Amino acid sequence: MTVTEERVRRPQPGATDPRSPDDHGALRRAVGRNLTAYGFLCAALICFALFSWYPMIREIVLSFQQNNFVDPGEWVGFDNFRTVIADPAFRAAWLNTAAFSGLALVIGYAVPFVLAVVLNELKHAKAYLRFVVYLPVMLPPAVAVLLFKWFYDPGAGLFNQALDAAHLPPLSWLDSTSTALVSLVIVSTWMNLGTGTLIYLAALQSIPGDLYESAELDGAGLFKRVWHVTIPQTKLILLVMLLLQVVATMQVFIEPYLLTGGGPENATVTVAYLMYQYAFNFGDFGGGSALGLMLMIVLLVFSTIYLRVSREEAER
Amino acid sequence: MTTTRRGLSLLLVMGLGLVAASCGSDEKKSAGAADGPVTITVGCEPPKSNPKEREAWEADVAAFQKAHPNITVEGKDAFPCINPDTFQAKLAGGTQEDVFYVYYTDVRKIIEKKQAADISQYVGSVKPVNDLRKDVMSVFKDGDQTYGLPRNNYNMGLVYNRKLFTQAGLDPANPPKTWDEVRAAAKKIAALGPGYVGFGEYSAGNTGGWHFAAELYARGGSMVSDDGKTAAFKSDEGKAVLENLKRTRWDDNSMGSKQLLQWEDLMRMMGGGKLGMMIGAPDVVQSVNNDFKGRFDDYGVTAVPESDGKSSLSGGDGYMFNPKASPEKIKAGLLWLEFHELTPGQGQFNYARSKEQGRPVGLPIPDLYGNSAPGNEINSLRKQYATVPVDNFTPYVAAQGNITNKLEPPKAQELYAVLDVAMSAVLTRKDADIDKLLNDAESKANKILAKNT
Repeated sequence: MTVTEERVRRPQPGATDPRSPDDHGALRRAVGRNLTAYGFLCAALICFALFSWYPMIREIVLSFQQNNFVDPGEWVGFDNFRTVIADPAFRAAWLNTAAFSGLALVIGYAVPFVLAVVLNELKHAKAYLRFVVYLPVMLPPAVAVLLFKWFYDPGAGLFNQALDAAHLPPLSWLDSTSTALVSLVIVSTWMNLGTGTLIYLAALQSIPGDLYESAELDGAGLFKRVWHVTIPQTKLILLVMLLLQVVATMQVFIEPYLLTGGGPENATVTVAYLMYQYAFNFGDFGGGSALGLMLMIVLLVFSTIYLRVSREEAER
Repeated sequence: MTTTRRGLSLLLVMGLGLVAASCGSDEKKSAGAADGPVTITVGCEPPKSNPKEREAWEADVAAFQKAHPNITVEGKDAFPCINPDTFQAKLAGGTQEDVFYVYYTDVRKIIEKKQAADISQYVGSVKPVNDLRKDVMSVFKDGDQTYGLPRNNYNMGLVYNRKLFTQAGLDPANPPKTWDEVRAAAKKIAALGPGYVGFGEYSAGNTGGWHFAAELYARGGSMVSDDGKTAAFKSDEGKAVLENLKRTRWDDNSMGSKQLLQWEDLMRMMGGGKLGMMIGAPDVVQSVNNDFKGRFDDYGVTAVPESDGKSSLSGGDGYMFNPKASPEKIKAGLLWLEFHELTPGQGQFNYARSKEQGRPVGLPIPDLYGNSAPGNEINSLRKQYATVPVDNFTPYVAAQGNITNKLEPPKAQELYAVLDVAMSAVLTRKDADIDKLLNDAESKANKILAKNT
């Protein structure tokens, strides 16, 4: 600690004003030096407060109220929770959400990593391929989803045309309870793999090249290099991405909303979609908020693990 | 990685919630002096992208304000006129119009939640109310209390593509009267080639349940018991609805392979000219013509098959009043609605002007007055200024005298969501067990209704 800093922090014994003119000057200079930072901090805090924390608090309040937004809300205890839990779609929504997250881990988590490894190994056209991989991220999500609505068309859709060309039987894609959820995962993976791939690629490129050279000298092929060098070196980023993936996919909404309307037979109803149904279609914000709060608690667990892991990574 | 996308989509939902949740201040509108100036905001002003209707609206506002110099009408344009996603948010945020637009489907819910003003003590001043059809007015009533006025009213029929009927060797002047005839016609249309769909049906986004109700009513069935406390669709009529769809889909293969259709899908298919038939009211033809590149000449409407002497699900829209609106605003709003929505020859019924502007005239909707004097006057004006082929709607109009309009059930959206499951099952699964589907749906619906009552 410097002398000046100590003066600012410790009042001088016996003085009527604990801060001397010098102290004030130092404080002013300290504030002045960090004014821009405080400005950015305030802007961020205001944004978070308005668009994140306040809605969360209101959601918690609403989940214990019946509210028509005309009269003051009426406290109803856990009634909203009892209502949504008794809803037969509730169980389906949680199972579907868990299944979606699980499938998204199998498909959506592995594909970007594999792509990143391949891109990292390529000698030519790297920039071009990175651009191609990232391209779907630049499409507005609604456009990307609606594009797949056409791809999945059982008659004239691209996928069934491709299957037909390969002399394979057509699939029902969104129209079958057995393929609908997988179809949504495919859309989601395609839409988002660009971001994941780039993050993995950045992690891969931070691995010292001499590790690969040593492995090569020891006669390791591509698979062994990945297994013994790449994966151990990117273990933490892989874990962080896995947790983020779980947190993100559990909130899946736009895909069932635009592609299936929760069908067929509730096979694609997710927690976020059910929340939307309650709040906006049934006009029951209490029920919607209760569902939101339940989802928030589950995600909080994953977020806590994520925070711990990312802290570990920062300390590494 | 999906973080950014998920964040954005959740932000969308949360954002709507935020607006709805955060702004619940108790704004009290000051009641103006009885004869003082009053400004009312009114929903569903035609958007600028619809210049002819916008021009007509503005002319009507000018004429109304001239007749009532103390009243200023501020239209709020939006397309579509109401978005259920933003309804609660607008109410909570204090931006809900004084006179706001609603679909029939939402009226019951709004009344139950006390989200509209009780206008019973003022509505007596609106003269045409006495001539309005009782079933239409009952949409906006709860016991003796009145909460709104209608703007449009129709009941469900069978919309069909006359051009495709001709191509398939069917007679467009003699549309199907039974479900067997529908199936036979659908098979012929589907046989026209790849992509042709004989009969289209909804099964997602709550629209499947909505059409289930329409087909159930037309067979004489009911969605709920008379006291509204239990589900009543697990009946012979309900079973017949699903069995008929299952046969058309799987035995005849005339409903296309793509299912989980929602409102816009069938409209687009009808406008695209490859869909033969669908359940719908004459407003479907209007929408298909205006927004989905169809042509009035190509479409006809008839009654729902086998509905003769039975019921038809009614639909429509109207206006309700902001619960925070002052008495002066309510009185002014009622004067505006009387002028613009309920007077033959004026506002929406100014068919002379519509014809002059090249807008469609001649559709048999809205049917607000039935056979009362204003109703006959409107029908006669409609004939006088018709610009669309009115004969295409003759089978529908002819059937009206023998069909009772029936309102949507309580908790309509929730019940429709439940029945979406049954509809999507029979349309996507060949081995769907109809009895089981109806049993499951009944049990779910009873829970919903028990909570309601």
